[in-house]
Order: sequence, then structure tokens, then C-alpha cells
Amino acid sequence: MKKQTVDSRPTGPKPWYDPRIRSIFFQFVAIALVFWGGWTLVDNTLTNMESRGISTGFGFLDETAGFGIIMSLVPYDATMTYGRTFLVGLMNTLLVSAMGIVTATILGFIIGVARLSSNWLVAKLALVYIEVIRNIPLLLQIFFWYFAVLGSLPSPRQSVEVADSFFLNNRGLYLPEPMPQEGFGLVWGAVIAAIVAVVGLRAWAKKRQLATGQIFPTFKVGVAILVILPTVAYLATGTPLEWELPALKGFNFGGGITIIPELAALWIALSLYTASFIAEIVRSGILSVSKGQTEAAKALGIPNSLTLRLVVIPQAMRVIIPPLTSQYLNLTKNSSLATAIGYPDLVAVFMGTTLNQTGQAVEVVAITMAVYLTISLAISLFMNIYNRAAAIKER
Amino acid sequence: MKNTKSIAVGAAMLCGLFSASAASAATTLESVKENGHLQCGVTSGLPGFSQPDDKGNWTGIDVDTCRAVAAAIFGDAQAVEFTPLTAKERLTALQSGEIDMLSRNTTWTLTRDASLGLNFTGTNYYDGQGFLIKKELGVDDATELSGATICIQAGTTTELNLSDYFRANGMEYQPIVFDTSEQTVQGFAAGRCDVLTSDRSQLAALRSKLNDPGSAKILPNTISKEPLGPVVRQGDDQWFNIVKWVLFAQINAEELGITSDNVEDMLKSDNPNVQRLLGTDGDMGAKLGLPDDFGHQIVKQVGNYGEMYDRNVGPDTPLGLDRGLNALWNEGGILYAPPLR
Repeated sequence: MKKQTVDSRPTGPKPWYDPRIRSIFFQFVAIALVFWGGWTLVDNTLTNMESRGISTGFGFLDETAGFGIIMSLVPYDATMTYGRTFLVGLMNTLLVSAMGIVTATILGFIIGVARLSSNWLVAKLALVYIEVIRNIPLLLQIFFWYFAVLGSLPSPRQSVEVADSFFLNNRGLYLPEPMPQEGFGLVWGAVIAAIVAVVGLRAWAKKRQLATGQIFPTFKVGVAILVILPTVAYLATGTPLEWELPALKGFNFGGGITIIPELAALWIALSLYTASFIAEIVRSGILSVSKGQTEAAKALGIPNSLTLRLVVIPQAMRVIIPPLTSQYLNLTKNSSLATAIGYPDLVAVFMGTTLNQTGQAVEVVAITMAVYLTISLAISLFMNIYNRAAAIKER
Repeated sequence: MKNTKSIAVGAAMLCGLFSASAASAATTLESVKENGHLQCGVTSGLPGFSQPDDKGNWTGIDVDTCRAVAAAIFGDAQAVEFTPLTAKERLTALQSGEIDMLSRNTTWTLTRDASLGLNFTGTNYYDGQGFLIKKELGVDDATELSGATICIQAGTTTELNLSDYFRANGMEYQPIVFDTSEQTVQGFAAGRCDVLTSDRSQLAALRSKLNDPGSAKILPNTISKEPLGPVVRQGDDQWFNIVKWVLFAQINAEELGITSDNVEDMLKSDNPNVQRLLGTDGDMGAKLGLPDDFGHQIVKQVGNYGEMYDRNVGPDTPLGLDRGLNALWNEGGILYAPPLR
């Protein structure tokens, strides 16, 4: 037998049978299709709108709006532009979302922990709260708070008043407005100095605890610094703060700060509703921490309150944060129900009045969607960063 | 290979989806005839203008405007399907071709007429904005309203008029904008605002929804012009003419004294104007692309403008509105239709 030298190396498949080249090819085709689809949609819309004589573009943002808005965090009047109404609506959306997120989180944690309480009454009350609130549609709850609260409040001329400076009626809650006078900048300086001091104190206390094991009462001392330093500065500069009191003028109160009932109703409803979901998330997070952890802490003689704060909650946070992010996103998007009770949020002001007056539906809706997307992505980003900090670190 | 195939199919479907251009060859009249009915956009419920009753039959002056167009095209006033639309949706629904015409107490303004690809064909109700106020406040004139809190319904021209009026008079106000008219009335009833503002034709209807209608009154001031009328898409002049001349035919019929009761007798009339309107002489219908008896059908099935008004919003209806501006030009109003010849 003659030995034949055969080149046993595979010659490799033809390019169209090569799985690697094939997958790259199909991915390329898929991307091209997506881009072509998106471009066709935009182009088709523009062409059709032009052929029907519908004006397009974002020029309307510079036109005078000409309508009033009841509540604005930035200076606004009817002579300003549609672009300004966008900003006003956006700020109002962000305000109610931020307020809602803070209170829903606090309330949700309290109720979630209460749900696991060994006290029968507390646990059942938390259970009833969760099951009632989360099973009623949010819109109904907003209406309930709005019309229930409105209906029970007196008219402006019969306002409930406290010390001639706080007034409550069916037009809102009127508070005195602080008017900083000359020299108040020093007080702000003191506040900043106090914050810096507390941050420094915390770092020092942690370092000392790691070195010696001694616990420094950071919280109590920190609060004391935050209160005392600005107060001293305030008194030293001769109390440079005056209060503008609300007063009844004609139909309504004028002056001071007004919290309109629309904001209050929306805030209460969003907070209570989302808190019921957060409570369940917190409960699931706490239950996910194995019992051995608590028992180990007990065996070491750590008191119950510290066990919860230092052992259970930090581990529970890993389970809690991802679904908590979804709840924050839900709350922000749910805030658009504001339009039903007349709270001037982005949807009510910009996608409502501005859209109706300009008729630029495609542009206005696109901007509004982009804004909600941006807010949601920003919340997600922030929560993901926090999640990374709280996640298990392999050491 | 299955995957490649499905991708190819998907791509083909996408092509079909996107290349379906909006520029359809058929005119609106042709497509309406092909569908066998007129698709008409109306409100989701506004007494006197367009409202479904408990059997689902639509009534109202805006509804009758649609029915008159259907009567002119098909000789059948029932050949209409109604699309209830909110104030926000209405113009988009018309632009996108979801409806053939919009008859939904829509105010004729320059912006809407010129920049949205729409055309207003006329005015079927001359309205104006007014104020509803609680009697206990003791206000008799709108100029005393400075500082008031005012409830408004979203998606209307009302907000701008209100702002203009208060700015022009150097007064201040606080607007509360609700989504629907029910919520606006509820807010007013709950005391959230001192004043409710809307078109005068609606104030009477909204006032009747209060628990105690006697506790509120309508101020005498009218702060804006609100010509309400049917709207069609721009670019189809034949359709524009049809909708425009159906309303003119109704107004001319009232002027000539033709009613749904005497229309059959009027067929024998010697008056050439009556003959042209009812189609016994001339080819007025053919000029519009309609049957020559279109006027006859409109008056027979829907009635002249006066009948339409009295039936829906007139003094004998719950709205109880006098003709006022909406009377004929020779009876003290401003309704004046060009001659049908």
C-alpha cells in the first residue's frame, strides 16, 4: 500500500455556508430593515402631511402661548411662548413625581415592615391597607381624594385659619412665604458648612469604628450640627428673614405660597397607591433574607433594631431595588392622570392646551413621549447605579 | 432555510405596509358612495348638538347637519355613521381620513382653516363665550371677575379667549382646566372655582346638570365670537362645495318658506328659486355632483335650517336658546346664504 499524503485540514465551508458570516449578514440585514422602516415612517408622515397642507416643524415653540396656567414653578404668564408652557408642564410633572416617590417610599417601607410585624393587629391592618389600595384603580382614587377633599373644605371666605398665617379652604392651602433679606446668604453658607461637617464626621466615625470597634452616635450629633449651625448664623446676622402672609383679596387669597388641591389630591393618591406595591416589594425583600442571618445576629447579642437596620435591610435591598425601580417608573407615568382633575402637568398643559391651540399633534406627542422616556431612563440609570452599590461585592 | 423565508415574507409585508401611500385616487364623494354611508365626526355627547339617546339614535343640530349631507348624496338621511370624538381627537380624525366630515361644534379660526389642512364650509351655529357664576357671589358683570378662579374644559378655544379677555381688561384669574365637561361641572359644583366658562349654548345645558340650577346664573357678557361649523379636508373642492351648499340649501329653504311639511306642495310652486332648490328646474345638483332633487331630499328628511334649530336647541327644547344671531338676515340675525342658482 502506498501511503498517500492527504491534506486533512478542512478547507472551510463556502462563505454562504459559514455560520459566522451568515449571522453577521443577517444581523446587518435586520438593522438595515429597522432603519429603512423607521426612515420610511418618518418620510411618509412628512410627505403625507405636506400633501394635505398640514404645517410641520417645531417653529410653533417660539410662538406666544396666550393662555394661563394655574401653577408654575418657573415664572410664567400668557405672553410667553409655547416652549415655556412645555417647561412649566415638565416642572409640574417632575414636582409631583418627586414628591410622590419620596412619600411612597417612606410609607411603603413602614407598611412593608408592619406587614411582617409580630403584632397581630399591626400586621393585619397593613394587610388590609395593601389589599384595598392596590386593588382599586388609580384614577378612581384620584377622583376620590380630589372630590372628597374638595367637598369637605370650606369656601375661601370661611377658611380654616391658624395664627392668621395658615389658611385652608377649597382653593388650596395657603402658607406664609419666606422672603430672604440682605445677609441671608450667610445662613445658606452655614447650611452648606453643616452638611460638609456631617459628611466628614460620618467618614471619621466609620474609620474609627473599623479601627477600634467603638460606635459613635453619628445620627444624633449630625442632626445637632445641622440644626445648631444655621440657627446660630441666622441669629448672628440679625434674623434676615421676613414672611409674606396670605390675605383674602376679592374672590381668593393672595400672597404667600399656595398648594393647590389638585396637587394635594394627586400627590396623596399616587403616594398611597404606589406605597401599597412598594410595601409588598419590601416584604418580599425582607423574607428573602434567610432566617439564619437574624439568628446569627441574635447569637452575637445584636439588638433587634440594629439587626433590622444593619443585617436584614442591607441584604433585602438587593432584592428590593430592581422592582422598586419599576414602581418609581410607574408612579412617574401615572402622574399623567393629572389631566383628569386639572393639575397642570406636562400632558394637561403641553399635550392638552398647546396641542389643541397649535394643532401640531405629531410634534407635540413626539416631544411628550421623548420626555417621559428620558425621565424613565434617568430614573432607571440612577437606580441601577444605586443597585450596583448595594449588590453583593465579591471580595 | 425556514428563517430566511420568514424574513423575506416579513420584508415583503413591510414593503406593502409602508408603500401604501395616503394619496388615494378616489375623491371623497366617490369613496362615500362606495361605502354606502357618510362617516361623520361628532361629540361624545353634548345636548342639542350631538348626543345619542337611550336607543343609540343620534340627535342634535350637528347630527342633522350630517344627516342633511347624507340625504343630499343618497336621498337617505339615515345613511350616516357617527364617530364620537373628543375635542383633542377631532381634527386629527379628519386629517387622517377616519371621517369624511367633522360636525362637532368646532370654532372656525384662521389657524385651523389655514395650517391644519382643513377647510371650514360654513357656520351652522353662531356662538360666543360666556360665564356661569354662583349667585351668592353677587357679581353681575364679567368686568367684576378680577382674581376669580375659573373652571374650563380642555381642548377648546375657550382658554385663549379667556386669557385674552382678562389681559385686555387688566384683570387676573386662575384657570383650572378639566378634561371633560362632566368634570368641569363637578369642579364648579364642588366649589373649586367661582366661575365656569364655555360657549353660551353649552352654559344652559351645563347649568341644568347642577343639583340646584337656581344657585347659578349666566352673566350677560359675551367675550368672543364662536362661529361653529362643519369641517372637511383641504384639497377636494367638490366635497367642500357639497358640504357648503347643503347648509346653504337649508338656509335658503327657510328663507323661501319651504318646510318638511309643505315640501311636496312646493314641488308645484311657480317660484323659480323654489324650483331650482327642489330640483324641478335646472341642474343645480349635477353641478355639485349630486342628484338634482338633493334640495328636496334635504328639506323632506331633515327640514330647513329653522326646523333643525327649533327641534334641537330652540326655545321649546331643554336648552331653550333664542334664535338671536342665528336668525335669518331679514329677521334680525346674520344667516345669509348665497343664492342657489
